[in-house]
Amino acid sequence: MTTIVTSKKAPAKEAEKDASMVKQKEMMAAHYERLTSAPETGDKVVATFVPGNLNELIMCFDLLNNLPEVNAIQNGLRRLSGSYVLEAEKIGHSEDVCTYVKSDIGMMAKGNLAPNGKKFPNPDVLLLSYTGCFTFMKWFELLREQYQCETIMLHTPYMGDGKITKNMIDYMVKQLKEEVIPTLERVSGVKFDIDRLREYLKKSTKAEDDLVRVLQSAKAKPSPIDAYFGGIYYIGPIFGAFRGTDDAIDYYRFLREEVNERLAKGKGPVTPDGDMGKEKYRLVVEGPPNYTSFRQFWKMFYDEGAVVVASSYTKVGGVYDFGFRHDPDKPLETLAEYCLGVYTNRSLPMRIDMLTNYIKEYEADGLLINSIKSCNSFSAGQLMMMREVEKRTGKPAAFIESDLVDPRYFSAANIKNRLESYFQMIEQKRAGVSAAA
Amino acid sequence: MAASLNGSKTADVVARAQALFEDLSFATARQWKASEPGRKVVGYMPIYVPREIIHAAGMLPLGIVGGGDQLEVIHGDAYYQSYICRIPRSTIELGVSGRLDFVDGMLFPSICDVIRNLSGMWKLMFPHVYSHYFDVPQNYRDDIGGNFYINELAELRHDLGEIRGNPITDDELRHSIAVYNENRRLVRDLYTFRAERPWQAPAAEVYLVVRAGLVLPVEEHSVMLRDYLATARAEERPMRDNCRIVLTGAFCEQPPLNLIKSLELSGCYVVDDDLLLVTRWLTGDVPTDGDPLKNLSLAFLHHSESTAAKYEPSQKEKGLYLVRAVKRSAAEGVIFAAPSFCDPALLERPMLQHVLKDAGIPYIAFKYAENSGQMQPIREQAGTFADSIKLWSGA
Repeated sequence: MTTIVTSKKAPAKEAEKDASMVKQKEMMAAHYERLTSAPETGDKVVATFVPGNLNELIMCFDLLNNLPEVNAIQNGLRRLSGSYVLEAEKIGHSEDVCTYVKSDIGMMAKGNLAPNGKKFPNPDVLLLSYTGCFTFMKWFELLREQYQCETIMLHTPYMGDGKITKNMIDYMVKQLKEEVIPTLERVSGVKFDIDRLREYLKKSTKAEDDLVRVLQSAKAKPSPIDAYFGGIYYIGPIFGAFRGTDDAIDYYRFLREEVNERLAKGKGPVTPDGDMGKEKYRLVVEGPPNYTSFRQFWKMFYDEGAVVVASSYTKVGGVYDFGFRHDPDKPLETLAEYCLGVYTNRSLPMRIDMLTNYIKEYEADGLLINSIKSCNSFSAGQLMMMREVEKRTGKPAAFIESDLVDPRYFSAANIKNRLESYFQMIEQKRAGVSAAA
Repeated sequence: MAASLNGSKTADVVARAQALFEDLSFATARQWKASEPGRKVVGYMPIYVPREIIHAAGMLPLGIVGGGDQLEVIHGDAYYQSYICRIPRSTIELGVSGRLDFVDGMLFPSICDVIRNLSGMWKLMFPHVYSHYFDVPQNYRDDIGGNFYINELAELRHDLGEIRGNPITDDELRHSIAVYNENRRLVRDLYTFRAERPWQAPAAEVYLVVRAGLVLPVEEHSVMLRDYLATARAEERPMRDNCRIVLTGAFCEQPPLNLIKSLELSGCYVVDDDLLLVTRWLTGDVPTDGDPLKNLSLAFLHHSESTAAKYEPSQKEKGLYLVRAVKRSAAEGVIFAAPSFCDPALLERPMLQHVLKDAGIPYIAFKYAENSGQMQPIREQAGTFADSIKLWSGA
């Protein structure tokens, strides 16, 4: 039997946050308040996923968006997910499967409480945006069994051959027109208005522009942001319930100005322990982080002067830095294109190209892969990705393993050892290059 | 021309099937290819591809279901973390060790993220081989998922036509559909026969004979099925006091043959299973007139097996396919046997177990890998399950 032991350390020092992080936290808290107040306000709730999140469309029906992955992350950060995962395993879910799912199921079994301590409302509809992850399909079948509510499947074909075909777009648009929209109309009682969708999409584009500028600010030396640990804060609103809103436009403008200011002052990222010291290593990271020891994990990087300048995880809810923007002139087609293009819906060769490109564009010292035990969508093939990126860039790569929200699979000592060895490897590589020059 | 096995005994048919099963160099498929210039072989992984299209191109569809327990995985493990199932690593082993060097194309069907990602790895590892991720619809409306699927089938038809050097005609497709209809009928006959008289058609034999269809030309496999059915019907064998079970969850990575044998040795007749589903994925004949791609599409949408890799739109229907399998085969219980780390089987399992519980059908569950060697725990578990069914069912 596995027991989770929580160490009885002194309470951690309050993390330092820049103003945008505080603002982001307020936005997320407000959203959880809206969600948990739904029984009183009469708002209807749709549960859906981050990759393939159709927030603009959802807002057309005055529905509130609830994202189970984000809830699992919150439970990971709050150190609740471990007991939820165990609870799910106790009621018959395999130890081998996705811990987001088990955290969600376990949370339901233990009262279904949101981060604000209030009960989550039952969803009125499950929008199964089946994009880039097989588990999503089973996850919502499992939730449907519990909630006995209507479920809409939106199937996003996989970009196996590295391209979006007309057949894929036609298939998705037809699903949107004939399955998704009519069902959302029926559940919500709100008639679909395509001009309303266009307005939301226009707003999305503005926020997307600013997000890309923020992420690309990491090309500077030193980078004013950490595009992985800090990036997770930045993507929260746009990957969640805010894409297409004025709040998102305001937030990303604010964030951009804040980052510009840091850039102008030649400052590095803000870490939970304050401004980061001298930037020594610039990394590209592939894969999600561990959330149960998020701060400890991040500290292993900034203590060594390592900053992440680009990451694939911050593209899991949409890839914007290669030019895609939601297009209000093709409202349904653009939603289809968005879903098709999210990171985990891209073929392995496309993912390798992206990472290789990041290393070159952001002048990174190498690639680090955080391989997640329970996420096959990300993890299957990562060892080959590592070798390919190394081969193409000549930069060293390293591999660590952990899990999203299962604390049993976060071994701090192991990860720290590997990271330290990796940083030494980068130093040796640099020394080799200097000697050769 | 398929060699006739008429007049042979059950043991002879099974011995041939076993030899094909054990041959990790795919000698029969190599010989088929070498026997005429210009012949091509297209590999495919579980769970389903329309083999008719490969056949219509004059090519040999070759089922690749991993390396089993006789393949030493040396290179394959370097590609995967410990928490990924075994089938992709042994498939890579087959590839990098040259055992698939005669294969001209590989199809990776939509089943899970591991096989999906393997499609991209194959493109990088074997850039001169045609590698294609074969997507199937999760929307079952003729005008939505159906149209999407017809276009996917058309793309495959086009690609294989290009490889062959001339397009695949409708008549070629219709002929291939007819050939596979016959093969599926024979597999279904075999399953029906086993459900009626499982002592006459032991699970391991049925498995071997059906599995031969992954490497033999379909016409030859149909001869084998016919021969096995004829001899198995004719040969009286002793009936054991076994219980009757449905084996489920083993639709991708295959269990070791010893595991299948162990179930029967421990007191469980396997009267239905989801092994090698490609051989009976389509549950009825596909019409041989009209538009062949449309016919294949409609068959997929409306007359195909249910399994974990498919979305079930109706909560009321969820899992009932397993209850129906139990009733159809007069089974007394279900054994969930899933490969370790298999997302589809393991995520589906709790939902199926709830449905079985509601229907009052007993079950047990365990995991395996294709190279599991230790059968004693499985024998004990299955034996206890068989005893409990004998003692308590219908009490």
